[in-house]
Amino acid sequence: MLPYAWLGFESRIAVRFLREGRLQTVLIMVGVAAGVAVIAYISALVTGLQENTFNKTLGGQPHVTLQSRDDSVTPARAAEPGVVAFSDTQAKAQRLRSVANWQSLLPLLEQWPGVAAVSPIVAGGGLAIRGEATQSIALAGVDLDRYDRVVRLREKVVAGAARLEPGEGIIGIELASDLGLRPGDRLTVQTGSVSETVRVTALVDLGVRELNRRTVIVPLRLAQSLLGLPGGVTSLDLTLRDVWSAKDMAADMRRQFPYKVESWQETNAQLVSALNAQGVSTGLIRAIVLVVVVLGIASVLVVSVVQKRREIGILRAMGATRGQMVRVFLVQGGIVGVVGSLLGLALAQLMIFLFTVFVRGSDGQALFAITLTASLAVQVALVASVCGVLAAIAPARRAAAMDPAQAIRI
Amino acid sequence: MGADATAAAQGQRLIELADVRKSYNIGLPNEAEVLHGLSLKVDRGEFVALIGPSGSGKSTLLNIVGLLEPLTSGSYRINGKAVASLDDRALTLLRRDTIGFVFQFHHLLPAFTALENVTMPGLIREGRVSRQQLERARELLATVGLSQAMDKRPSELSGGMQQRVAIARALVFDPPLVLADEPTGNLDTASSDGVFEELRRMHRERQTSFVIVTHDPRLAARCDRVVELVDGAIARDEPVEASSADSSHP
Repeated sequence: MLPYAWLGFESRIAVRFLREGRLQTVLIMVGVAAGVAVIAYISALVTGLQENTFNKTLGGQPHVTLQSRDDSVTPARAAEPGVVAFSDTQAKAQRLRSVANWQSLLPLLEQWPGVAAVSPIVAGGGLAIRGEATQSIALAGVDLDRYDRVVRLREKVVAGAARLEPGEGIIGIELASDLGLRPGDRLTVQTGSVSETVRVTALVDLGVRELNRRTVIVPLRLAQSLLGLPGGVTSLDLTLRDVWSAKDMAADMRRQFPYKVESWQETNAQLVSALNAQGVSTGLIRAIVLVVVVLGIASVLVVSVVQKRREIGILRAMGATRGQMVRVFLVQGGIVGVVGSLLGLALAQLMIFLFTVFVRGSDGQALFAITLTASLAVQVALVASVCGVLAAIAPARRAAAMDPAQAIRI
Repeated sequence: MGADATAAAQGQRLIELADVRKSYNIGLPNEAEVLHGLSLKVDRGEFVALIGPSGSGKSTLLNIVGLLEPLTSGSYRINGKAVASLDDRALTLLRRDTIGFVFQFHHLLPAFTALENVTMPGLIREGRVSRQQLERARELLATVGLSQAMDKRPSELSGGMQQRVAIARALVFDPPLVLADEPTGNLDTASSDGVFEELRRMHRERQTSFVIVTHDPRLAARCDRVVELVDGAIARDEPVEASSADSSHP
């Protein structure tokens, strides 16, 4: 006896049944395709949107920052019960303070699992002066190579070449246009009573207008002397291999070191909640569309089972087992799912193409990159196909449950 | 019981029904018993006509014999196996390997050609149609005079041709038993004779057992044994006279 060809009977009957109910088959496949297209398109769109938002907001930010703890006032002793005490504690003004022992902390953090780069920073406020013009600035003293590894500064240079020798500085493009500066020009940076002149080596676009208007990056030593923190740094900025591990890692470090450690999620709570809200609504849309697709496949197959009742009875009389009949309908569901999702992915690709061609920002550039990645496509197609098979379970069991005699009699 | 077992062991006894009852709508107000304690034995190689008025339970009996419906009480052994102890899968496999069906309205699969319909039992068994099976199906279709119509769909064939396809399908795996429910029921006299001749020829050539439900006394007279059912019980069970049986052997 020849070995049983796997699903040979089931797939032949399934294909023939689908071909027989041509209109139904076409309708349901188009339905599945539309559903899959919506899911794939929305997913690609939101992924693109989130990446775009993420890069714009987070590109210039460290994932985790480590600073010295805020100064605080020890509160007065609590009054004994029954005694009324008048006490008033005023919060302390926060002065710039160095991260204690940062030189020995630095290698420790660099060894930390999951940390990609660490950059010591001296940050404070100041004024940029050129001729008559004065701008308030955010001054950052950095070690260029380390800093570059955290915020990829070199990629953001739009004019000049990134270089931070003593007496040199890198500034944001808005600041440059406000003060009429080009690479090679000089500007004076003033903090309190100290002022220094720096030569601009490069202009950078940090993606956010406010940052571009305020940023002045100078060598670590220069900032230390300008801000009165000789040998000190105000924070250590960390870049992680996995962005989303920042929160847990910050909490971990908080437990181990007596410092104030913040993750980007904590400093950008609004962004995180916006991204989350987006993610949740996308998930909801996907789930609902998926349910509609599943119900569509199931209902068409239920109708098909009713229509094919006699044929099912005949096949059963000829010796087809219940399992074989169940699998006939599962295969039908699977075929509808696979063909529908392939059509759907093509449709999604078309929609994405139209989006990139016709939806343009004010500058005529595409708003942001939106691509249907292979992994997303495979994922969506797989889910739709599996759902197609699952949707077929109920009708299939109904088909198999009938007594052959009863089925034929109708 | 001992004698029955011997008969089964010798492979002579094919069907053995004892005190079989069948009720529909059990537990409902319209509960009805269709077969009232019926007993019947059929040996290998018999050619039996099952006759009786409408509603006498012929089709129900045939469905029970064909393992298409469960019986309510009583016992049924087919090919030596007690049916009561089998689950649906075992019943299906037993039906597949033991019984060929020729239904009243032929019951071919409309989506498949004549040849595909005849190879369907093979597809069900092995998940593919081997060359051997294809040869056998072609041969059978040619035997019933349909070598020109193999690739036609049932809707393109006449009633007599459809019925002959159904016969070819029932015989493709050479089952020991063929059950036919009004195989000529909706055919004109000429086609009816042709189809019946086909059945008789298969019987002669292969020693297949036949149980044929029919309304047609002419047809019944050309079988070897007539069992008459009235109101769910056997009213008559006798061999057909040699003279009328002869007429089926021209």
